Amino acid sequence: MSHKSMNLTLHVWRQKNAKCDGKFVEYKADGVSPDMSFLEMLDVVNEGLIAKGEEPVEFDHDCREGICGTCSMVINGRPHGPKERTTTCQLHMRSFKDGDSITLEPWRAEAFPVVRDLVVDRSAFDRIIAVGGFITAPAGSPQDSNSLPISKENADLSMDAASCIGCGACVAACPNASAMLFVSAKISHLGLLPQGQPERYLRVRDMIAQMDAEAFGTCTNHGECETACPKGIKMENIARMNRDFIKASLTFRHATIGGGGA
Amino acid sequence: MELNAHIPDGPIQQKWEKHKFDSKLVNPANKRKYRIIMVGSGLAGGAGAASLAELGYNVDCFCYQDSPRRAHSIAAQGGINAAKNYRNDGDSVFRLFYDTVKGGDFRAREANVYRLAEVSNNIIDQSVANGVPFAREYGGLLDNRSFGGAQVSRTFYARGQTGQQLLIGAYQALERQVGLGTVKMYNRHEMLELIMVDGIAKGIVTRDMVTGAIESHIADAVILSTGGYGNVFYLSTNAMGCNGTAVWRAYKKGAAFGNPCFTQIHPTCIPVTGDHQSKLTLMSESLRNDGRVWVPKKKEDCKRVPSEIKEDDRDYYLERKYPSFGNLAPRDISSRAAKQVCDEGRGVGETGLGVYLDFSDAIRRLGKNKIEEKYGNLFEMYERITDENPYETPMRIYPAVHYTMGGLWVDYNLMSTIPGLFVAGEANFSDHGANRLGASALMQGLADGYFVLPATVSNYLAGLKPGVRPAADHPAVVETETAVKTRVEKLLSIKGSKSPTHFHRELGKIMWEYCGMARNEAGLKKALELIPKLREEFWKDVRVVGENESLNQSLEMAARVADFLELGELMCLDALERRESCGGHFREEFQTEDGEALRDDENFCHTAVWEYKGEGQNPVRHIESLTFEYVHLATRSYK
Amino acid sequence: MSVAEQSIAGAEARGHGFLASSVGRKVIMAATGVVLFGFVTVHMIGNTQAYMGAKSLNGYAEFLHSMLHGAGIWIFRTVLLAASGLHAWAAISLTLDNQAARPVGYRETQSVASTWSSRTMRWSGFILVVFIVYHLLHLTTGQLHPAFKAPQGHEYFAYDNFVSAFKVPAVAGFYVVAQLCLGLHMWHGVWSFTQTLGLSHPRYDGLRRNFATGLTLLVVGVNISYPIAVLTGCIH
Ligand SMILES: Cc1cc2nc3c(=O)[nH]c(=O)nc-3n(C[C@H](O)[C@H](O)[C@H](O)COP(=O)(O)OP(=O)(O)OC[C@H]3O[C@@H](n4cnc5c(N)ncnc54)[C@H](O)[C@@H]3O)c2cc1C
Ligand code: HEM
Ligand code: HEM
Ligand code: SF4
Ligand code: F3S
Ligand code: FES
Repeated sequence: MSHKSMNLTLHVWRQKNAKCDGKFVEYKADGVSPDMSFLEMLDVVNEGLIAKGEEPVEFDHDCREGICGTCSMVINGRPHGPKERTTTCQLHMRSFKDGDSITLEPWRAEAFPVVRDLVVDRSAFDRIIAVGGFITAPAGSPQDSNSLPISKENADLSMDAASCIGCGACVAACPNASAMLFVSAKISHLGLLPQGQPERYLRVRDMIAQMDAEAFGTCTNHGECETACPKGIKMENIARMNRDFIKASLTFRHATIGGGGA
Repeated sequence: MELNAHIPDGPIQQKWEKHKFDSKLVNPANKRKYRIIMVGSGLAGGAGAASLAELGYNVDCFCYQDSPRRAHSIAAQGGINAAKNYRNDGDSVFRLFYDTVKGGDFRAREANVYRLAEVSNNIIDQSVANGVPFAREYGGLLDNRSFGGAQVSRTFYARGQTGQQLLIGAYQALERQVGLGTVKMYNRHEMLELIMVDGIAKGIVTRDMVTGAIESHIADAVILSTGGYGNVFYLSTNAMGCNGTAVWRAYKKGAAFGNPCFTQIHPTCIPVTGDHQSKLTLMSESLRNDGRVWVPKKKEDCKRVPSEIKEDDRDYYLERKYPSFGNLAPRDISSRAAKQVCDEGRGVGETGLGVYLDFSDAIRRLGKNKIEEKYGNLFEMYERITDENPYETPMRIYPAVHYTMGGLWVDYNLMSTIPGLFVAGEANFSDHGANRLGASALMQGLADGYFVLPATVSNYLAGLKPGVRPAADHPAVVETETAVKTRVEKLLSIKGSKSPTHFHRELGKIMWEYCGMARNEAGLKKALELIPKLREEFWKDVRVVGENESLNQSLEMAARVADFLELGELMCLDALERRESCGGHFREEFQTEDGEALRDDENFCHTAVWEYKGEGQNPVRHIESLTFEYVHLATRSYK
Repeated sequence: MSVAEQSIAGAEARGHGFLASSVGRKVIMAATGVVLFGFVTVHMIGNTQAYMGAKSLNGYAEFLHSMLHGAGIWIFRTVLLAASGLHAWAAISLTLDNQAARPVGYRETQSVASTWSSRTMRWSGFILVVFIVYHLLHLTTGQLHPAFKAPQGHEYFAYDNFVSAFKVPAVAGFYVVAQLCLGLHMWHGVWSFTQTLGLSHPRYDGLRRNFATGLTLLVVGVNISYPIAVLTGCIH
């Protein structure tokens, strides 16, 4: 553990609300300890701004332990910053050097309008889940969990996909602002479980339709999403989703499962 | 104040079934005429809102995050208990009940705990049906692990992300209802006040955190599932936004507060590194399954590299003091033991506030792969934060504030002392007594949400006329809304010199120092002097920049800190009045010769229930006596 | 209507049609891409006849034109034209969607996984179209080929046309550049279509990359060899 402190220059996107135009503003972050997390560094900058009577930089965060998926900013052109499989809140200043200049931008996508500064609105993700990202199983008396064994391999693969935290970094990283990694993670999570089978093909069609309606782009297999994803969600899921979609399209019959069903 | 827990009669095994049968039902056609407000979208709130909507009610659900999926339940790593007895190791509903009552140091209500144990199995089944990918064995059946305070293996888990998976399960069920139009979700809406009409809870006032709009929402019943208030301590394992505002506002409207001083300090957290620290990170308790806790026997060794310290010079103090539970001793006990060795000057790390959690034995025994499979993501997280590799050098851990057993007092129906106001999950005081066992909070949140609320809220609604709610311009509504607006304006108009965070940090220091792992009369009295002073200073000197009409995190923080500054005082008062040690509440004056907690069942076998009496008045302490018919009062021993 | 309701209604209005869907259009693009690459590969193999002399290549040309009493080539041309049309339509409509999906860009971007090839698909594709149009007017119909000899009855002059074409260095150069674009398009495209069609599996990930690289090098290498062979006099 080192005790050196660093001086950094930040170029931060400031935008009052969705309607106003925004611009980059430069701030100094002095005396930054390498043991600070990235957000703690911003806390210190913000305390300084408040002391001067200026409005602090707004950024989304909550758990600060890499699991809630709230934190979101593009650091020097990379969502969640330079470290692999690390959310912004888990990124520590030891990943930077004294004198570095750091550019901070919000997630950029039509589907994620800027709320303020580095905060964006990701409710499009919720709406995608709402049309099919679930298993219909009302609370009641379901059968005993062990009456339906699940192979460890499938349980593990499903868990891999389920570890998505809905942060949206995949969208932010994708040159097409595509949400395919996020959507396919949910399709895989549920589609790999026996409980998810009955709605499997309806789910994939409904979720993709909603994804399109939210104005996300399409995947052209750039693979940026996979490297930006803090939870290591794989592009393999996109292939699985495509496969299910093709199958669903070849055999389609029903309208929808989710709300608004015809 | 009249306290009636409404515990159904009959043998404990039949209470819940009987109660459900005796409850009134609402005719399906009438259900959609009722509107329910659910504040919170964590395990309790998310599962509750989804289940109530599934029954046919209209639900308005609120959370302060940008999506319901981000409630802090998501952070739970370790697991969730259930009395499935899949291991054939002697588990049963009764044993889970027994362990929980004992683990809570006999300060919980037996009937509630029994119900919790009873529905625990349903929770697992429900979650699996919702698509929760619990860990499985090669045979395809569910895997289990053991957790602190239990000698059976009853904890179900999904890697180190159990809370996340359970929450996503509930969230998906919730989103399904949103899609169907039965739940209306209000993201980024913070509840700032409870609306009471003629002494009954009828709605809430919220602030839209994006536009600043302050709005009233009216309903037939209000449920608070807003989580714990551990952030009173500033540093805790809670998320930055976790707050006590909802419960505190309800308290000030007449909902009694149960056992506010009962907080849980979790033994395995990553130690503090400096003043910049904004929160503490938990390392799941499950790590104690395979990790061994130790400190050097000699003070001189503390600064040495751990690998250089010989086996004989290490003090595996948990194994030494509690041979039958060893490293799996319950949280309160392990935390205190860590504090003791650090107080003796044998703590490790730069601050001296840390103990080792060592995996070298387990790695030798099981191989690195097995350990990686079990704890890989936790190890990764540790390395990310500390820059040390726990496969090679022992982790350093220290206790940190984690959970609040206290909360709004509720009866068996989870209804508070305000009619129509229900409280679920960590926000209520109900099931864990003075100490919560690991993996039991997730269980409680889902029990409340999936199974208890649907029955008890229906019973309450059946007594109301369908479709009759106060109008939006009802004087009580307008008055409450105006009060909120005035308070927000007040915060913005002070324009003092110190940020809300400054006051939060100061409060945290007081709380940790005097109302933390060990408490004593002098300290608590000191805190009771310091907190009002700090509060006064806050209202004179806080600086909230910006305006109400846009996203303004300083404003949000200021409102929360204002409430913490009051809640902290009540906690200290409660801690002062409870002249005994029990569970997480350790009063230095009351301990056995070897430093164990000394309960006083004669005078304190009760829940302390605090009633608000108005600004500037002392709150009144009521009691709900506890009787133990099935688990006999005994000194809790893990030796 | 809540936001959720609105957008659900939006999804409804947009429909669940295969062609309306982003993934559906992607699948069309991949499927037609496969047809096009299939053609290019076969075409490359067919053209190796040039190394065997005039008779071979001319005979091959004749064979193509007389398949199924002359209907063969038209069936084949129709498929090819339809595939190109669909491919171009899908590519253009998706590109427009993708541009609309990020109206405000970043000040700084760092690409980690994407390749030059993947990022230039729409440009390499566009150049390929230009090339194909030129190529048809050049070697099939001859309008852009001053020394073009049209077929007479059953006699084909593919070989002569071919040799006289690449004797012009500018023409040869353009062909080479076009083949490099083809390489760019293929290298990503061949790898990409397996993913799009859901044929990928982590076990075969390495294989897919190698297959794309191998096929691209082969097709582009052989294709480039023709103009070079003519310029250097190996074919005359
Ligand atoms: C790091 C960590 C690890 C844990 N690990 C375990 C474990 O392994 N096993 C276990 O059993 N328990 C564990 N716990 C405890 C357990 O996770 C929590 O007690 C439980 O999840 C609380 O659930 P809840 O639904 O009551 O509240 P939460 O999940 O905290 O949800 C609170 C909800 O209320 C909303 N809210 C709060 N205030 C307001 C307001 N004023 N206005 C509007 N909305 C509001 C929030 O937006 C949120 O949606 C852990 C806790 C932590 C912090
Ligand atoms: C250097 C490489 C190439 C050479 C030497 C070459 C040569 C030829 C020749 C000689 C013909 C005429 C055949 C005939 O009409 O009898 C032809 C036709 C054609 N070529 Fe190429 N070609 C090359 C590359 C390509 C590429 C890369 C494409 C497509 C991307 C392509 C597409 C076509 C098409 C569509 C036709 C017309 C087939 C028809 O008659 O329907 N060629 N090519
Ligand atoms: C009409 C001009 C063309 C344009 C504008 C164009 C554009 C594109 C674009 C934008 C892509 C998307 C990249 C991706 O999804 O990975 C693509 C993919 C592809 N193209 Fe083209 N292209 C054109 C012509 C061709 C030709 C002539 C061929 C074959 C010789 C071809 C074969 C492919 C293949 C195989 C793919 C991969 C499909 C996938 O994986 O989705 N394209 N093209
Ligand atoms: S797939 Fe990865 S990057 Fe995308 S939302 Fe999920 S966790 Fe975030
Ligand atoms: S980066 Fe974008 S193009 Fe596809 S592979 Fe990932 S979504
Ligand atoms: S703040 Fe929760 S993931 Fe970063």
